[in-house]
Amino acid sequence: MSENSTNFIKIPDREPPINSIGWLAWIRHNLFGSTTNTIITVLFFYFFYLYIPPFVDWAILNANISGSDRSVCDANKAGACWTFIKVRLDQLLFGLYFATNPEEIWRPIFVFALFGMLVVPLVIDSTPHKKWLLMILLTIYPVIFIAVVYGGVFGIPVSDTGQWGGLLLTFALAFVGIVLALPLGILLALGRRSEMPIVRALSITYIEFWRGTPLITILFMASVMLPLFFPSGVEFDKVVRAMIGITLFQSAYTAEAVRGGLQAIDKGQNEASMALGMGYWRRTMLIVLPQALKISIPSIVNTFIALFKDTSLVSIIGLLDLLKMSQNASRSLDWNGYDIEGYLFAGFVFWIFCFGMSSYSQKLEQKLDTDRRSE
Amino acid sequence: MTSTTAPKNSIDTDNAPIITIDKLNKWYGKFHVLKDIDLSVNKTEKIVICGPSGSGKSTLIRCINRLEVHQEGSIIVDGTELTDDVKHINEIRSDVGMVFQHFNLFPHLTVLENCTLAPIWVRKKSKIEADEIGMELLTKVRIPDQAHKYPGQLSGGQQQRVAIARALCMQPRVMLFDEPTSALDPEMIKEVLETMIELAESGMTMLVVTHEMGFANKVADRVIFMDEGQIVEQNDPGNFFNNPKSDRTKLFLSQILEH
Ligand SMILES: Nc1ncnc2c1ncn2[C@@H]1O[C@H](COP(=O)(O)OP(=O)(O)OP(=O)(O)O)[C@@H](O)[C@H]1O
Ligand SMILES: [Mg+2]
Repeated sequence: MSENSTNFIKIPDREPPINSIGWLAWIRHNLFGSTTNTIITVLFFYFFYLYIPPFVDWAILNANISGSDRSVCDANKAGACWTFIKVRLDQLLFGLYFATNPEEIWRPIFVFALFGMLVVPLVIDSTPHKKWLLMILLTIYPVIFIAVVYGGVFGIPVSDTGQWGGLLLTFALAFVGIVLALPLGILLALGRRSEMPIVRALSITYIEFWRGTPLITILFMASVMLPLFFPSGVEFDKVVRAMIGITLFQSAYTAEAVRGGLQAIDKGQNEASMALGMGYWRRTMLIVLPQALKISIPSIVNTFIALFKDTSLVSIIGLLDLLKMSQNASRSLDWNGYDIEGYLFAGFVFWIFCFGMSSYSQKLEQKLDTDRRSE
Repeated sequence: MTSTTAPKNSIDTDNAPIITIDKLNKWYGKFHVLKDIDLSVNKTEKIVICGPSGSGKSTLIRCINRLEVHQEGSIIVDGTELTDDVKHINEIRSDVGMVFQHFNLFPHLTVLENCTLAPIWVRKKSKIEADEIGMELLTKVRIPDQAHKYPGQLSGGQQQRVAIARALCMQPRVMLFDEPTSALDPEMIKEVLETMIELAESGMTMLVVTHEMGFANKVADRVIFMDEGQIVEQNDPGNFFNNPKSDRTKLFLSQILEH
């Protein structure tokens, strides 16, 4: 294609200039670029030097892990007592029922392993059929969880939910809360924007009621008041009560997160799909929700993370979640005095789950970011 | 007309108007946007609607597929009167294509998916068949090579042509355009207008709100001038541009043709 104009000469494309001259220049520019920057850098390394080496000494280099009672730890007070965690691991992870029935311990191990097998491929880019995996995780997995952990089918003995505890309980509460609250929250968010005044009013009332009530109060209410609504004699499982309370509470937060996404959708999207003859549910499911959920992923996951941590409040109604279990174990006669190790362990496990959710949401966000122009 | 549904082909008698608007009145709250609009559109007719900003042009064509609800008068599209009946509304909407000023493509779907979504879910076509129609129409608007990109990766002019293809995939009987080129750069206006001219030549019934007077001159059977919610004047393009009847039209034309 020859350009006929005489005064237009195309300048050939060039590579962009390379403006990083090795790591030394990077450090000078980024860490010591200005006075403030230099002060921050120096302070940071000073505090790092002050606190990190002693912690590493205590937590790793001098730590105790051998043996099966406190004598090892008592002999070496300069190091952390991971022996405690090792000995009580079953109890911390799976609760008292499974810790005291070693022949049943395959049950929680199985459901956690299955969870890992479903979740890991979800994070790997090249996995095919991710949608189906996710569907299995959200629908079939909970059923398997109940069948295996609770038992009562296929000859698996029933486990007493009152003795569920540790990570297993934390996980069960959070998982149920998340899986049930998501669809409920989406419906509530849609209801809040409905053109039908009654639907709208009901949704608003629901959301504002649960959002304005602290989870602790809800857990108390669920444990004390829920039985009042049912004829006496109907024994309501404590764990189920907590699950109901958590779900009601969580759905209000999820709804608000989803609403944020719905509000961000241009009304032209709805009009264009209306003009194509699509009804309310088709517009919602095919056009509005896919875009709105994508936008609200970060805030939805935020509510999930908050919930995961908030489940530790169930200790208030006498359930032994991961945190409470760690505390109890470190106050037992055998291990009295090693609460720091207990709390660190609980904190670390909480962190793994929350960090996992956070990373997954960031990944999802990037992957779904399709309406940005390609580079 | 009786309520017994006439067989579909009876509507195909050539001189029956496809849109009949009778004494249409609409208010936004207390604001009277449309006043006593009478308009009938015959099959294959091309109508251009112009008028100053706020005169109710968008409102009028949005009433035709009930994106806006009117309070008085009647609108009959393809033999069906527009009422609150949801099923009728969706049927009419699927027969009336609409192209918006800001394209309103679905950003989370590819260009081809934008085109096939409604045929699959509303017309219940198979994916294969819908893909075929989609590619055919993308070819017609000359962007088959962009089929698997996302709307955000296309230029404005390309996006608007996708929007036209998307509407055409439903095989509509009428196409409504609401200022389809006014969000575009001059270079892109041309490619969209060309697409619309080809569509007009293929015999589509079209109602176009636009200030592109060249386009009006070339394809319109009738030009309608609106002001303050009323139809001030309508005429064939020759007479409309060369000897407008009302002073209001003259003033408008002098303003619009100045630059
Ligand atoms: N949803 C609404 N609520 C209240 N008033 C509205 C609404 N939509 C439009 N209007 C008003 O109705 C009048 C007609 O609007 P309309 O959009 O039909 O004008 P238009 O002729 O298409 O103008 P433009 O050339 O600017 O697009 C305007 O005065 C506008 O402010
Ligand atoms: Mg307008």
